[in-house]
Amino acid sequence: MLKKRIIPIQLLIDNRLVKTIEFGKYRDVGNPVSSSKIYNDSDADELIFLNINREERSIEPLLTLIKKVSEVCFMPLSLGGGVKTIDDASRLIQNGADKIVLNSAIYDDLNLIEKIAYKFGNQAVVASVDARMNQSENKYDLYSNCGRDSQPVDLVDHLKLIENQGAGEIIITSIDKDGTMNGYDKELIKIAVENTAIPIIGAGGAGTFDHLKEAFLETDVSALACGSLFNFGDNNPIRAKAFLTNYSIPFKVI
Amino acid sequence: MIAILDCEMGNLQSVFHGIDSMGYDCEILKSNELSDENTHLVIPGVGNYHQVMSSENITDIKKSIHDFANTGKPILGICLGMQLLSDWGEEGGGIDGLGLIGGNVDRMFEDRTTRLPHVGWNSVDFLNDHPLFSGLKNNLDFYFVHSYQFIPKNNNSIFASTNHGQDFTSIVAERNIIGVQFHPEKSQSNGLKMLENFCAWDGKC
Repeated sequence: MLKKRIIPIQLLIDNRLVKTIEFGKYRDVGNPVSSSKIYNDSDADELIFLNINREERSIEPLLTLIKKVSEVCFMPLSLGGGVKTIDDASRLIQNGADKIVLNSAIYDDLNLIEKIAYKFGNQAVVASVDARMNQSENKYDLYSNCGRDSQPVDLVDHLKLIENQGAGEIIITSIDKDGTMNGYDKELIKIAVENTAIPIIGAGGAGTFDHLKEAFLETDVSALACGSLFNFGDNNPIRAKAFLTNYSIPFKVI
Repeated sequence: MIAILDCEMGNLQSVFHGIDSMGYDCEILKSNELSDENTHLVIPGVGNYHQVMSSENITDIKKSIHDFANTGKPILGICLGMQLLSDWGEEGGGIDGLGLIGGNVDRMFEDRTTRLPHVGWNSVDFLNDHPLFSGLKNNLDFYFVHSYQFIPKNNNSIFASTNHGQDFTSIVAERNIIGVQFHPEKSQSNGLKMLENFCAWDGKC
């Protein structure tokens, strides 16, 4: 049986690890290479790195990082933030990335998914979708460019387009929940799970192991990403899984 | 010297670092650079079956790999590299493979509960003994990412199976050739152990 995954998500600015709140203000939380080494030892299932520097939108910082991380981490590594072309994707993969995370570029050039998928396989493309609840209209609005630019696209339409273009997985992030540590947006995760047939990774809001439990038990999400939960406080994936195993949520046996 | 085959696609660095971390010397090279010094061949892989098998100099690549296989030295196919060992693959429109282990590669079973690609950690049930399994317990989890499966012609070639909606072949082996559908280089300590076992294998069963 396929196991559920817990994925530490690491945000980067100038090759420092940071953590944002609602995609806005951030704190420096350490060195990404040392933290990755620790995640490798503490049983994480894979790692996601996103460059969220809004001024420097090139892939150079990610290239520097992946060379170092792939020497010490023997688990799947996904990288994104500023990937705009198939050449960007190729360079990251040749230097040790397993999957490329695309977000803003999808709104400009939907075919980019298909191009990367044809060259490296569907599993190499992870589409990231950032959504914010629009209370007055009671629907989710989509944003690109680290939550700055509103995109006039319907959430479900966008998810289906991504799937049809051949993405291997989708990370669905609630901007409202990011860094709040008050729980995942389970409704948002459910929309993604119910409208696609590819694996969904839920992100944004994990603050306690109970939040992971609720999201795993109440939705069919394949994986959950955590930032603050592991950045702040004495938590790690081993402890998270030890807790969740009590609720019959399956994790890898190693 | 362990050779890691470069088909100009995919992440070769992880396989390199995995073997290197086990203390074995390895090099990434093109099929026409294989030499007598190469004791083992790894065909790694992410990518697309059709894209590899339709590359310009595929006839030469095929010949070099077959020549290597005929020396009796061990060959390990990983993920797409495992699938390429087959006679034929459906992905990308249908095309002949390397033809080293009889069988076809078809799209996996798919429904609402078993999402594709099959991504994540899943248990590997060893059905036969093999030198690569030495020191590894049965039913440990390894990291998979794929949407296609190897269906061997000969049932005796199935060395392990895994379930995702239905059972599929996760390890296929014949003679000095073995293919694993998962990524040992991405499967932490157990995966590295399997790579180490491969590097220590003399190609005999």
